[in-house]
Formats: sequence, C-alpha cells, structure tokens
Amino acid sequence: MHNFDFVKPATIADAAKALAGDGAQALSGGQTLIPTMKQRLAAPGVLVSLTGIAEMQGVCMGDGGLHIGAATPHAVVAREAAKHYPALAALAGGIGDPAVRSRGTIGGSIANNDPAACYPSAVLASGATVVTNKRKIAADDYFQGLFTTALEEGEFIIEVVFPIPAKAAYVKFNQPASRFALTGVFVAKFANGVRVGVTGAGNDGVFRWSDAEKALSADFSAGAIAGLKVDPAGMNTDLHGSAAYRANLVKVLTQRAVSAA
Amino acid sequence: MTKVSMTVNGKSVSGEVEGRTLLSAFLREGLGLTGTHVGCDTSQCGACVVHVDGKPVKSCTVFAADVAGASVKTIEGMANPDGSLGVIQQAFQDHHGLQCGFCTPGMVMSAAALLAENPKPSEHDVRHYLDGNICRCTGYHNIVKAVLAASGQSVPAE
Repeated sequence: MHNFDFVKPATIADAAKALAGDGAQALSGGQTLIPTMKQRLAAPGVLVSLTGIAEMQGVCMGDGGLHIGAATPHAVVAREAAKHYPALAALAGGIGDPAVRSRGTIGGSIANNDPAACYPSAVLASGATVVTNKRKIAADDYFQGLFTTALEEGEFIIEVVFPIPAKAAYVKFNQPASRFALTGVFVAKFANGVRVGVTGAGNDGVFRWSDAEKALSADFSAGAIAGLKVDPAGMNTDLHGSAAYRANLVKVLTQRAVSAA
Repeated sequence: MTKVSMTVNGKSVSGEVEGRTLLSAFLREGLGLTGTHVGCDTSQCGACVVHVDGKPVKSCTVFAADVAGASVKTIEGMANPDGSLGVIQQAFQDHHGLQCGFCTPGMVMSAAALLAENPKPSEHDVRHYLDGNICRCTGYHNIVKAVLAASGQSVPAE
C-alpha cells in the first residue's frame, strides 16, 4: 500500500476542511477501503478518518424517524436500532462477519455504494434521507449506479434518517465467500404505499422494483407478485449467478420478504 | 512517522508508525507480539482478530493510527496472570481445537468476543459467530466443541 498522511479530526468542520484538500479521501470503518488500498486500486495522499467525530456516532429517534450517525458501526445499529426498526437492525446484523461489523459503518457502505452491499437496499426502500455536511439528499436521488452516488468532491455523510415503515423485512441470498448479497431485497410498507429495494442483482447497482411496488401497494401478499416477471436484461451476470438466475432471485426473495414482514 | 500510544494487554505502549501501518504490523513488528497471525492480509480469514475496546476486529484491516488511545487485547493477553492457559485456550487444548494452529489466535479471540456477548451460545450460535474465521485444516468440529466447553456447556458426542 502506498503511504499517506493520516488525520483524525474531532469535528465535522475540521473534517470538511481536511477533505477539501488535494488528494484527500474519507475513511470510515475501512472494511472496503483498506483492502482496496492494499491492492493499490486507491492511493489517497491524505486519509481523513471520520470515526473520531462524536456527532457522527449513534442511533436515536428524532424528526423524520430513526437517525443513524454515518460513522456508527453495523454491530451498534444491529443492537440499538432493534426496538425502533427491527428489519434494519437485522440487516445490519447480517453484514459480513462479527469483526467486520465492529468496524464497518453505514456511512461508509452507502458512500461506497457497492452494487452488492446490503445497506443501499434499505436506504432506498425506506425512502431515507442522506444528510451530508452540505445538504440533504433523498434516497431516490442519491444512488446513481455502480459505486456512484450524488456525493460531490469534499462532501461526506453525517447521518442517515429512516422513516419507520408499518412493516418491513430484508431477505439476503448470501454469496458465501464474500458474505455480500448475491441478491438481497428490502421491502417496506408505508401508509402511502410499498417500496422495494433490490441489491446485488442489477447491472447498474441498487434499484427499486416498481412493478412489485404497484402490486404490493394494492395487495401486500406474496401472491400479489406471483404473476410478475423480472427482465434478466437488466441483471448482472458473473461466475456466481447468471442474469436469469438473479432475475428469479429478485422475485423469490421479494416474496419471502413480504411473507417475513 | 507519527507517534501513537495505546494500551495493549493492559500495558501502555507507544511507537512510531506511518499512516499506512496496520494494527497487525504494529503489534507484530513494533511490539514483537507475534501471536497475532496474518493469514490472508485481505480481510478474509480472521487469523489476525484482536479486541479493540472489547470488540473483535481484523487487525490487518485497521490502521494503527486510527486506534491510538484504544485498549487492545491480543492472544498474548489471554493466559492467566500466572502464565497458565486461560479457560478458552485450555478448552482448545482439551478438545484438540487446533491442528496446524495458524488460525488459533483469531479463533480464540473471536470465541472470547462471542462468550462476552453471549455466555451460553448454542452450537448454531458458535458456528454463526465464527463465520469470519477460516481454518485451513477444516478442524471446525473440535473448535466448536472447545468453545462450547469453554462456556461451561456439555459438548456434542463424537
């Protein structure tokens, strides 16, 4: 790994200043970024750790729903979100393995926007709001394709605010070696309709399955989408699963999530 | 180079590190605590698991500078004060929970983290929690038995 200057600011303002510099890159839990740097796929000149900022830590109920600080590790979300938003807590408790969950954070996950990461499906399906040091971004505007988000240079996530649905569940089909989702589906039922977020399957990253949302908003049952088909044309293919296989998983996992919600 | 200080196995330590110095390298090369093993260096195998402020982490996937001020516990901190094996270590010996022994430090540290969270885990809980620890010898059955025994529970028969 190439060397870099390491800084660990204690406030959001200091972090913003550090990240405005040339060649600066934000570091959260590092569970993806550090392996990436070891492979020299990333070589920042300055690494700005965001895990020492108290305002970016923790889980609490507030305006608009459940607020989760961007630097909150998965293990903390799994424990502390359980009574407010059990489906989200269960998702966090199923990411990677225990050691990854000690370090990896929600902000890191959605800033990276890995197409097989778990959290993006929950953020999208919940219609959550991504709060950065500059603005608030609706989930529908935030995810913009593989490893691509609405975040601009020097912008970083402070917290994510989740409206709490009446019913929700996440069902993940594990890729057992990486423990990422081969496909994962998050279903959330709100008073004004159902949202379905799909990760691991789409060839352009996380997406909403709008046909299923329409059918489930009219009738929230696994049977309501029995007649729907997912077009394999939009699905990812790799050695772990073909596009047709993933297209089938999207439907099966959506049905399972509806039954589990 | 910057100076970092932390507590390792109850003792205050400090050393010079680069930004890129991993916690695993700081422990092994800086402090000579070579009980922490680096199996894959790609976050896959769990051999390098240590505790940082009581939580299991892969020391190959944390920068030493990022845990400055923290309390770190390694396999060297698992023995009893008189040098005899700790409960989990003894259970690994009693149940032959190791073959080549390379993964053992990480297994013991993960097992200790599990038992701190869940003092009486089921066999399923143990297997699930050790998901991130890979034994290249595939000696999982005896590892699971050792962890169950260390929790004071009866172990499955052969």
